[in-house]
Amino acid sequence: MSEASNPALETPSAVVAKVSLFRRLLRNPTAVAALGFLAVVAVVAVAGSFIAPRDPNLASLQDILRPPGSEYLLGTDGSGRDVLSRLLVATQISIAAAMLALAVALVIGVAGGLLAGYYGRWFDTVSTWLTSLIMALPGIVVLLAARSVLGPSVWLSMAIFGVLLSPAFFRLVYAAVTAVRNELYVDAARVSGLGDGRIIGRHILSVVRAPITIQSAIVTGIAIAIQSGLEFLGLGDLSVPTWGSMLNEGFDNIYREPLLMLWPALAIALTTIALTLFANVMRDEMERTGAKSRRRRKGRDHRPDTSRRRDHPDNPDHTARPEQARHPVVEHPDDPRDADGGLGEDLLRIEDLRVGYHQADGGVAGVVHGIDLRVRRGEVHGLIGESGSGKTQTAFAVLGLLPDGGRVLGGAIRFGGAELAGAGERDYLRVRGRKIGYIPQEPMSNLDPAFTVGSQLVEPLRVTLGLGKKDAVERALALLDRVGIPEPRRTFAAYPHEISGGMAQRVLIAGAVSTDPELLIADEPTTALDVTVQAEVLDLLRDLQEERNMGLLLVTHNFGVVADLCDRVSVMQDGRIVETGPVRAIFRAAEHQYTRSLLEAILDDGEPRGALVRADVKGGVR
Amino acid sequence: MTAEPLLDVRDLDVVYPGKGFRASGFRALNGVSLDILENETVGLVGESGSGKTTLGRAVLGLAPVTAGRIEYRGRDIAHLSRRERRALSSEIQVVFQDPYSSLSPAMTIEQILAEPLTAGGTEGKTARARVAGLLDAVHLPADAGSRLPREFSGGQRQRIAIARALALDPKLIICDEPVSALDLSTQARVLDLFIEIQERNGVAYLFISHDLAVVRHISHRVAVMYRGEIVESGDGDQVTAHPDHPYTQRLLMAAPVPDPDRQEQRRADRHRLLAAQAEADEQAGAAIGIG
Repeated sequence: MSEASNPALETPSAVVAKVSLFRRLLRNPTAVAALGFLAVVAVVAVAGSFIAPRDPNLASLQDILRPPGSEYLLGTDGSGRDVLSRLLVATQISIAAAMLALAVALVIGVAGGLLAGYYGRWFDTVSTWLTSLIMALPGIVVLLAARSVLGPSVWLSMAIFGVLLSPAFFRLVYAAVTAVRNELYVDAARVSGLGDGRIIGRHILSVVRAPITIQSAIVTGIAIAIQSGLEFLGLGDLSVPTWGSMLNEGFDNIYREPLLMLWPALAIALTTIALTLFANVMRDEMERTGAKSRRRRKGRDHRPDTSRRRDHPDNPDHTARPEQARHPVVEHPDDPRDADGGLGEDLLRIEDLRVGYHQADGGVAGVVHGIDLRVRRGEVHGLIGESGSGKTQTAFAVLGLLPDGGRVLGGAIRFGGAELAGAGERDYLRVRGRKIGYIPQEPMSNLDPAFTVGSQLVEPLRVTLGLGKKDAVERALALLDRVGIPEPRRTFAAYPHEISGGMAQRVLIAGAVSTDPELLIADEPTTALDVTVQAEVLDLLRDLQEERNMGLLLVTHNFGVVADLCDRVSVMQDGRIVETGPVRAIFRAAEHQYTRSLLEAILDDGEPRGALVRADVKGGVR
Repeated sequence: MTAEPLLDVRDLDVVYPGKGFRASGFRALNGVSLDILENETVGLVGESGSGKTTLGRAVLGLAPVTAGRIEYRGRDIAHLSRRERRALSSEIQVVFQDPYSSLSPAMTIEQILAEPLTAGGTEGKTARARVAGLLDAVHLPADAGSRLPREFSGGQRQRIAIARALALDPKLIICDEPVSALDLSTQARVLDLFIEIQERNGVAYLFISHDLAVVRHISHRVAVMYRGEIVESGDGDQVTAHPDHPYTQRLLMAAPVPDPDRQEQRRADRHRLLAAQAEADEQAGAAIGIG
């Protein structure tokens, strides 16, 4: 992920993302079929009354219930009216009525949702209350009541139905807007001097556009179904042909001419099905893009950024692989000062480990390209690298916790005589949490908010060590005390949201060492913590590691943390270890260019900026 | 010419209203005073919850000021109307921490960069020409304009955010942890970009960060925040290398040095410092107890 000379910048991939949603829809056969049918319906709805061969309401007593033929293409109904003409005009009216309902719902729902979500305050309270009220009303009953008061009118009933449907949009827009309102880019737009209208129009509406389209398709389908239902029950205006009223007439003559029911039924069914399918396909396509961006936003290291690799075929990762594979790892000899400390035997030995992720196109994108690594008993081994270097992937591979789609492609992971590469869940049960402990990066998201801290410590103790309840509680309390939690009993009974991030990380460390593991794997254990808390947690990790003579594989991006804790260091870049050796050798005598560039980027020992050079300046922070 | 500060914050209080009826609010800032001169970088260091981000947001008009003054070129901007605040957008700008959520995901880079310009009444054509200049200023290729934010890495996105802040040629940019989410080598390059722009365009920064090393690198003067108050401030080198206040000392000692032997030394120093401070606190407590 070097950003200065990224070849990705020169590839014309921009257009892909921009038009993608619509174009991807066109590539989907279901979407094409649904859109095609809807287009036909739309054309008929617009031109229906012009292309209708006869007057749809012209009754002819001579032509009652004519079968389909050359004179009347689809035959005639019980009053001798041309079915084809009626169907064409009915399409126009039914669709227009559904559109009216949709328009009313859209205007009320979207405008209300935007205002309530963006400005909040009293409007929020009132409109949310009103929405709940409308949602509680039984739609059909309201429509029936409206008909008896206002008379039978397709338009009136659909307008009222639109009001009843508006909460669907209100809720959707409201939720989206409240989520977006506090995004930084909305703040940035405000600071840029944009008015509220522009912010809503450009930044907020663009986010809810696609969900609104989906909801519109669904709502239109519902409007058509309800409207047809009302007309079918004979509650509509009989003077205008609609799909529902045609269905009603067909039903009257079902024994004499069953075909009469077929045409309106087909029209209703196919239109609603097309609308629903369209909504489904669009949702699927959106989720596909959504998943991509979500993945990128969450912990930059947890999942490899495979999407970018795929987008840019000339990513160095692809082209340079064979050449780089031959590039030897710079390996520094053991520090003689460490040797007399009595280094233990190998706990973990990784050989030529390769990790990859399955891609949608069937290929596999590699994220770790054959690394060797070993962690000895009593040794802290630092795995350092920038985001996307594969360091977290390596840790997850050892733990057997690779996210979906990821797997070990080759190589060996030997831990205490067992082979973990490609091992099944059952093999891992014997190792993970018993002999290998894990300390995660985000302390808060790794504690279940629904259970107390204590129960989350006691449960593994009982399962893995087979302790009785009393023993397990005692041991958990002792562990909490050991990791420096001031009042173990109170924390034991607390829920995760009641303790601070630093405390949560101490709890997780207590959990990781509770089963006396031989190896600890810590993935950026202090990255989410404040500096002063980080120092305390590092102290704790060091003490525990020395006290129990554990091996510790420490994944980090911080050279200060490495200097503080590690005995040995491996530097990772683009899924490879480029340099490995004792910590002092890496800091004092780094040979690989990448290691050196990282060390040079450290600001810690840099010169201060110095005072502002201006002769006339006399001021100070008060 | 006198040394009239560009921004002068005096005795600022920010209290976020509590949720629910008669709930007491949360006091994020408590009597904070700070000033920034033209072309100057003032670093603001603190840990999470110290109020450093709130101070930045208060200057931007995004946080509720309950007491005190924020003077920009001698004019109080603490309680501006939306319209007046909009007029100020060409003077004060912002670069946020998270390069992932600070750019609108559905807009192209060109739209993002042109938006503040067209909102201020610049014509489309002029705006586009300016966008090209901005991309060049932050060392992005000219064809970046037609892409979406998601096609860029964190460092590149932060460059885009900087370009957006520069679009209106402001005199003051609030930088809220702008390099904290970036990789080490990217971080150094983005910091250098900040310095380069300052020297070329003549802009002042309020540079908010939790990292003493970063602040030391870029700041002329540094202020340290702790629990909503500024506990120490002064010359950048002085505050970041030889602090006086016990909290700043703890902060400095807690940051690990990237060298095994010197870190061992610092660790020992830190333990000594903590012990000494604990003892001092105890004595102070005892003195209060007696008195």
